[in-house]
Amino acid sequence: MAHLPILQVILPLLAAPLCLFLKRPKLVWLFACVVTALTFTISVLLVQQVTSTGVISYELGGWAPPWGIEYRIDALNAFVIMVVSGLSAVVLLAARTSLENELSSNRQTYFYALYLLSLTGMLGILATGDAFNVFVFLEISSLSAYALIAMGKDRRALWASYQYLIMGTIGATFILIGIGLMYQMTGTLNMQDLAERLPEVAQTRTVFVSFAFVVVGVCLKLALFPLHLWLPNAYAYAPSIVTAMLAATSTKVAIYLLIRFTFTVFGLSFSFTTLPLNILFLVLGLLGVFVASTSAIYQQNVKHIFAYSSIAQVGYMIVGISVGTAAGLSASLMHIFNHALMKGALFLALAGVMYRLGNVQLKSFQGLGRQMPLTMAAIVVGGLSLIGVPLTVGFISKWYLVVAMIENGWWPVAILILFGSLLAIIYLWRVVEVAYFRAPNKDNESVKEAPLGILIPTWILVLANVYFGVDTRINVQIAQMAAENLFGVAP
Amino acid sequence: MLIGHYNYWVVVALMMLGFYIIIAHGNLIKKLVGLTIFQTSVFIFYISVAKVDGGSAPILADGITQYSNPLPHVLILTAIVVGIATTALGLAIIVRINEAYDSIEEEFIQQQDNLS
Repeated sequence: MAHLPILQVILPLLAAPLCLFLKRPKLVWLFACVVTALTFTISVLLVQQVTSTGVISYELGGWAPPWGIEYRIDALNAFVIMVVSGLSAVVLLAARTSLENELSSNRQTYFYALYLLSLTGMLGILATGDAFNVFVFLEISSLSAYALIAMGKDRRALWASYQYLIMGTIGATFILIGIGLMYQMTGTLNMQDLAERLPEVAQTRTVFVSFAFVVVGVCLKLALFPLHLWLPNAYAYAPSIVTAMLAATSTKVAIYLLIRFTFTVFGLSFSFTTLPLNILFLVLGLLGVFVASTSAIYQQNVKHIFAYSSIAQVGYMIVGISVGTAAGLSASLMHIFNHALMKGALFLALAGVMYRLGNVQLKSFQGLGRQMPLTMAAIVVGGLSLIGVPLTVGFISKWYLVVAMIENGWWPVAILILFGSLLAIIYLWRVVEVAYFRAPNKDNESVKEAPLGILIPTWILVLANVYFGVDTRINVQIAQMAAENLFGVAP
Repeated sequence: MLIGHYNYWVVVALMMLGFYIIIAHGNLIKKLVGLTIFQTSVFIFYISVAKVDGGSAPILADGITQYSNPLPHVLILTAIVVGIATTALGLAIIVRINEAYDSIEEEFIQQQDNLS
C-alpha cells in the first residue's frame, strides 16, 4: 500500500515494452486493458487514502526530499490521476474494434505500447513533486503522443503530428528553461522546497522570466488561445481512439501543471498580485471560448468541430483559474473531470461512426439518426452535457463557474460564459440537424449501428455523464477539497 | 558584465537563431535543425549555471575544497537523451511525410492539403 504512488507510474511503464512480446493484437489489447484497469484501481485507492489521511509523500529510492525525488499525492493530483487513468481505461476498451479498420494489424502492437507509454508520462507528471521530473515525463507522454497521431490513416495525420512535434517541443523546452532559472535562483527542484524558497527572491527579474517561460510553455501544451494551432488537425487526423484519449486526458494534465506551478510553486500572491496573471487568463480564456466556438460552427469535419470545442472548453477552465478564488478553481477542477467525460463519450461515438463510414465529414452524417440510433443518441447526450443542460455533468461545472464569477462580482463574465454556451448549441445543432432531419445518403443506406465493442465503452461514458450530473459527491466534493487545500497551503 | 557573462550571451544568441530558423524556414529538415539548436542552447545554459567560480570537477581529491555543481550536468544528460529522441522521431516523421507527399517543403504540403 505504501508504494501506490510509484506503482501507478511503473506499471504501465513496464507493461509497454512487454506489449511488443505479445504479437497477437487481441492478446495485447487484453493485456493493456488489464494494465489500465489495475492503474485505475490504484488511482481510486490513492483518492481514498488522500481523502481519509491527507497528503502522501513517497520518497523514491528512500532518498529524503528535497535531495531525492519525491512523489507527492494530494487531493488535487489524486483527483486528476483518477480522471486520467479512468478515462484511459474506458477508451482503451474500444480500441480493439476501432483499430480493426484504422490500423493494419502488424502495427497494432506498437499502438498499445505507445498508448501505455503516453499514459505513463501523464501519470508521472501528475504524481511527481519534482520540477525536473515533470519535464522528463512531459516528454515521455508527448513523444508517444506524436507517434500515436502519426498512425492516422490520412496522410494529413503525419503533417499534423510534425506540427505538434515542433510546437510541443518548443513548449517543453520553454518549461525546461523556466525550471533552470528557478533552480539557478533557489538551488532546488523539489516543488515544496521551491514554494518555500521562491518568495525570498520573488522580486528578481530571473524569477519573473522563469515564471513567464513556464506559463507560456504549459499554455502551449494545453492549447490556450492563441497557442492552440496544433490541436485541431492533430485531433482530426489521429486514429479515433487516440483522439478520444488525447481529448479526454492530455490537455487536462497540462491544466493541472498550470495550476500546480501558479498556485503551489510560485504561490497565489506572486501569480495573481505581483503579476497580472488573472487579467491575462481572463481575457485569453474568454477569447478562446468565443474564437474557438465560432470556428467550430464553420467546420465540415465533425472531429474538427469537437476539437475546436475542446479549445473553447479549455477557455472555460482558464477563466475559472483566473478568478483566483477557491470557488473558481474548484469549478475549473470539476470541469476537468466533466469535460473528460463529455469529450471521451463524444469522440468514442465518432469512433463508431468512423468504423462504419470510414470518415466523419458532416455531410456523411445524413440520416444516421435512424441508422445508428444509439451512437447518435450518445452524441446528443454528450452534446447536451457540453452545452450544460441540467442533469448532465456539464451543467454542474458551468453552474459552479457562473456562481464563482458572480460571487466575485464579475457579472459581465458570467453573462459571457452563458453566451458561449449558446454558441455550443449552434455547432451541436448542425450535427443533430444533419443526422436526424435529412434523408440518408445513397451510399449510406446500408450502414448499421456501430459494433458493441465501441458502443459499450461509449455508453459507459455517456451514462457517467448523467450519473455524475445527478450524484455529485465525487466530482464536486473532491474538487472543492483540492481547491481549498491549495488555498489553505498557499501563503 | 558583458564579458563576464559571455556564455549567457551565446545561449541567448543560439536560442534566438534556433527559434528564428523554426519560424522562418519552410523546409522540414531545416526546421528540425533549428529546433535542435534551440534545445542545445538550453543545455549550454544549464551547464553555465552549474559552474562555480574556482570550483573544480566534482571528484574527491586532496587539496580541493570547492566543486562545481554536478546536478545540472546530470539533468542535462537526461535532456540530451530527450532531445535525441525528439530529433529521431521528427526525422522519422519527415521520412514518412516525404513518402506520402513527395515533398518536405511546408508550402507544397499545405498546397496538397488544400487541394484534397
